[in-house]
Amino acid sequence: MNKFSKYFYTTCVYIFLYLPIAIVIVFSFNNAKHSLVWQGFTFKWYASLFHDSALLNIAWHSLVLGIIAASIATIIGTLTAVALFRYRFFGKKILHALIFILILTPEIVMAISLLLLYSFLKIPLGFWTLLLAHTALCVPFVTVTVYSRITTLDTAIFEAAMDLGATDFTIFHKIIIPLLLPAIASGWLLSFTLSLDDVIISYFVSGPDFNILPLKIYSMVRLGVKPEVNALCTLMLIFTLFAVITSYQSIFKKKTP
Amino acid sequence: MKKKSSLFKVFSINVVWLWLGVFALIPITLTFVTSFFTQDTNNLVKFTFTLNNYLELFNHGYISILLQSITLSGSCTIICLIIGYPFAFTIARSQGKHRSLLLLFVIIPFWTSSLIRTYAIMAILKAKGILNAVLLAAGIIDQPLQILYSHTAVLIGCVYDLLPFMILPLYANIEKLNQEYLEAAQDLGANWFTTFVKVVIPLTMPGIIAGSVLVFLPSMTMFYIPVLLGGAKNLLVGNLVEHQFLTANNWPLGTAISVVISILMGAFILIYWYNSKEKDRENLA
Repeated sequence: MNKFSKYFYTTCVYIFLYLPIAIVIVFSFNNAKHSLVWQGFTFKWYASLFHDSALLNIAWHSLVLGIIAASIATIIGTLTAVALFRYRFFGKKILHALIFILILTPEIVMAISLLLLYSFLKIPLGFWTLLLAHTALCVPFVTVTVYSRITTLDTAIFEAAMDLGATDFTIFHKIIIPLLLPAIASGWLLSFTLSLDDVIISYFVSGPDFNILPLKIYSMVRLGVKPEVNALCTLMLIFTLFAVITSYQSIFKKKTP
Repeated sequence: MKKKSSLFKVFSINVVWLWLGVFALIPITLTFVTSFFTQDTNNLVKFTFTLNNYLELFNHGYISILLQSITLSGSCTIICLIIGYPFAFTIARSQGKHRSLLLLFVIIPFWTSSLIRTYAIMAILKAKGILNAVLLAAGIIDQPLQILYSHTAVLIGCVYDLLPFMILPLYANIEKLNQEYLEAAQDLGANWFTTFVKVVIPLTMPGIIAGSVLVFLPSMTMFYIPVLLGGAKNLLVGNLVEHQFLTANNWPLGTAISVVISILMGAFILIYWYNSKEKDRENLA
């Protein structure tokens, strides 16, 4: 392949990846309800979003859910990574394999298995079921993110700390957490975006009292393409992009000292 | 003398076991067990053993939906591979300083909401959408194409959504490819095509397999892409599970479908597992 066709080809693929997103963003500022023709710049779709108190309430639900789920998942996921790396215990290999299986499991399979668990335990669907489901979705991702960093640590540090009389807990909060902070932080952000964007699991385990943004967007999108949806999607995209780029940078900075 | 386990160690191991036990092992077991129970209109599930759920899968044309899903996922995987391979090859061989930036631009859509991106595709493909407007204006077509709500639309949506999953593992493999092997092959008289088929493809096979698995698995069960882009008539396995659970209230049948999907997936994951090194799996996530 010559140089020109290479450039042309890569550019085409990037256009394919970004054009749809760009169109949603551009039309969220278009001053026309149905027309594809550019009718001038406007913020009115954003304004009507911000006057929709029901929608704002749903956005708030999503934010709270995402923050709590990401935090719990980060704690459990980090503990899992540390336990898998440092200790020998019964069933360690099984759990390690389970983490990878969970990441590759289709969301719909995970969704119905959690729905079965809730109905078996007779937990009514609502905030708690969503929170636990989102946490369950995120834990393996945090574990893998943290685990891949922890394997790069020099184990001599732990031996030195133990020789100096540090307990396991001291090692955990004085050595492991500070050294792994970038990985833990990116695990949190990853979980947060997963929770914020998750449709399939939420679709199965949410109740009528607690609606969240991805489900709201899903129901709006099913009814057709409206300018308000463009605005809402644009905001969601910007929010996720911000989280992703922040987490990406935090990993990058650590890798190149 | 046996060393006493520290409190922290006992605590963390218990948390890990408890969490994965309750939210992974028990739900998986429940799914498996329920698929052998009978449907009950009042309590959803009656605890009588039966194989009917699995037999029903063979009777009611579900096989054709399963085959349709596999065909769609297969075509999606092949198209992603055809588009993704030269692309991954080009960016993996580009200059170092541009490379990480080029890669970042592939990762960005990978982490944004796939629902929103599906919606974007919908906006392009609809009868009065961008694609038709451009084609009409260019004089290529006289009448708007009816792409939305067709099989093609579902396929386009799947390819668009999953392309980064193909590019990333391919990139990781191609980047490690030793340039000297290619030069050696050419020195020994191999032409461009022979080098590619006999050297490049075998060496990047783990990436091809990883990418294919990562595209194939999710495309089987994407359930909102068929709903949004395919309309009601292009249902896939994911929609079948959803229908059994949320509309037909036949949970045992829904779980049986889910078990079949899981077994299929399990087979693919095993293929992937034996073809990947631990390092690659970690890079992936």
